Amino acid sequence: MKPLPQTTLLAFIFLAPALLLLGAFTFYPMIYGVYLGFTEYGGARFAQGLGPKFVGLDNFRTLAGDELFWKGIANSLRYLLVVPVLQLASLAVAVLVNTQIPGIAFFRGAFYVPVVTSISLAAVMWEWVYNKDGTLNWLLEKLHVFSAGQGLSWLGNENTALYAVMFVTFWRGFGYYMVLYLAGLQGIPGELEEAARLDGATRWQLFWKITVPMMRPTILLCSLLSTIAALRALEEIVVLTNGGPLNSTYTSLMYVYSKAFQGFNFDYGLASAAGLVVSIVALGLSFVNFRFFGEQRSDS
Amino acid sequence: MTTLTPRIVPRAVKPSSQRQQKSGRLVLRYALLSVILLFALFPFLWTLAIALTDKGAGGGSSIYDFPASLFPRHLTLNNFFDVYKTFSLGKYILNSVSISALTVIGTLVVSALAAYPLARFEFPGRKLIFTVIIATLVLPGETNFIVNTLTLQKLHLLGTHLGVVLPTVATAFGIFLMRQAFMGVPQALVEAARLDGASEARILWSVMLPLTVPSMAALAIFTLVTSWNAYFWPSLVLSSAPDSVPLSVAVLKLKGQFNYDPFNVAAGSLIMMVPILIIFLFAQRYFMRGLEGAVK
Repeated sequence: MKPLPQTTLLAFIFLAPALLLLGAFTFYPMIYGVYLGFTEYGGARFAQGLGPKFVGLDNFRTLAGDELFWKGIANSLRYLLVVPVLQLASLAVAVLVNTQIPGIAFFRGAFYVPVVTSISLAAVMWEWVYNKDGTLNWLLEKLHVFSAGQGLSWLGNENTALYAVMFVTFWRGFGYYMVLYLAGLQGIPGELEEAARLDGATRWQLFWKITVPMMRPTILLCSLLSTIAALRALEEIVVLTNGGPLNSTYTSLMYVYSKAFQGFNFDYGLASAAGLVVSIVALGLSFVNFRFFGEQRSDS
Repeated sequence: MTTLTPRIVPRAVKPSSQRQQKSGRLVLRYALLSVILLFALFPFLWTLAIALTDKGAGGGSSIYDFPASLFPRHLTLNNFFDVYKTFSLGKYILNSVSISALTVIGTLVVSALAAYPLARFEFPGRKLIFTVIIATLVLPGETNFIVNTLTLQKLHLLGTHLGVVLPTVATAFGIFLMRQAFMGVPQALVEAARLDGASEARILWSVMLPLTVPSMAALAIFTLVTSWNAYFWPSLVLSSAPDSVPLSVAVLKLKGQFNYDPFNVAAGSLIMMVPILIIFLFAQRYFMRGLEGAVK
């Protein structure tokens, strides 16, 4: 059946609000952001009502010479350490809750609570945990890791701050990926495991030879999501440490944010250029993820 | 790996050693689950304990007085009233309600309208438009917040709730979820309505929407929680309008106050969390379903 012209018109009338909003607030900023990366556009020009001025690769040269930017990139890459830990733990927890024992719905729900916790609330609570007098040190003293009074201020120490923030990301994330993995686990046909068990496979073998290969698409999706999320981690850092102490939690996106909105210069051009670099790194890492988890599927 | 146990058909008689092994595994599973439970909920439990502590009693009580601060002896709700009064939390609660309501309504309207033709119409460009919308999920959006604040400034929406809401209501997730739901509505019902002379808008309103209530509920709840909790974007848009900020932004400001009172901060934080917890308690299924739908 050939589409009627009025159907087409109606379709676009229905689609108009979504397309308009996506165009204005998703696609336009993506394209204009790339352009801004090649311009000089900051507080001064903005105040005078001047538009951005094309300056070629100047911003990228500035970035290349800016130690803080490299520190941001290094910290962002370090932040990726949270991905494998988070994915393994979430998969393990999903396996643990993939059962019908009494009370399991309660556990599943409770594990999801950190996911629906606002980052501002998480910041309040975790700062008390990480405080020099906080519960973490108290626990470690009880376990005789530290002697009394030797505890660290976890967010105030440049060697631990980044890991402390990453741990909050972990806390807020594991319930989310648990649900995704649980959906994947419940999609594995029971006969497959039954057959393997009859052949005398151990639980360990079942997990590595059946569960993991069957879960590969879910693992790909989750590690992709979590890689991009880790690279884009910004909220946690803004509310917990704001990049400090001594820039030890200064990530590449923190650089973008602080160049654009903190201090007095509002350097949108430089911030956009930095954002462009982060975007390219993100795309590259997504590609690596696809190669790593996508390729192996073809041999089985 | 004990996942497999429920699928085994239980045999009538089992050797006792095997039964022991099985109950041992069950105990181990509950033990592990409890440890994770403590990890997931500990920050809340402690915050709750602090919020309920009577700061007047036992002179100079500190939140770091372990283990006493974990198990307060004199319980009180005074901190909640105190923080509500001193920081006029009512104003911020109204802001949160306004922003969240606008976001939920906007998201439902925009998603349903866009999803209907994508699910049920034949028209040129349908596939392309759908692909473009889905592509927003993977395209890099790291710097969108910079350009979007500039755009809002030009539209004179910076510092308004509408400015917070507008850029967030059209999402690939919402459109995708509603499209899936509409595709599941039997074609016969649509044809019957068309034969009765119903307009497409009418069909969307009185055939499609009533039949897809669970998906709309899932989308509404998901959107509500996200917008209620959002911190970064509202704080950016409303940085010049401190009286219009939602609770999530206000709570962190509480913490920065110079007469910082942890008991009040804990109480304020929990006031913010309570609506979400209640919604989550009643609508947990929708969350999980919405997420699962997104994977498949």
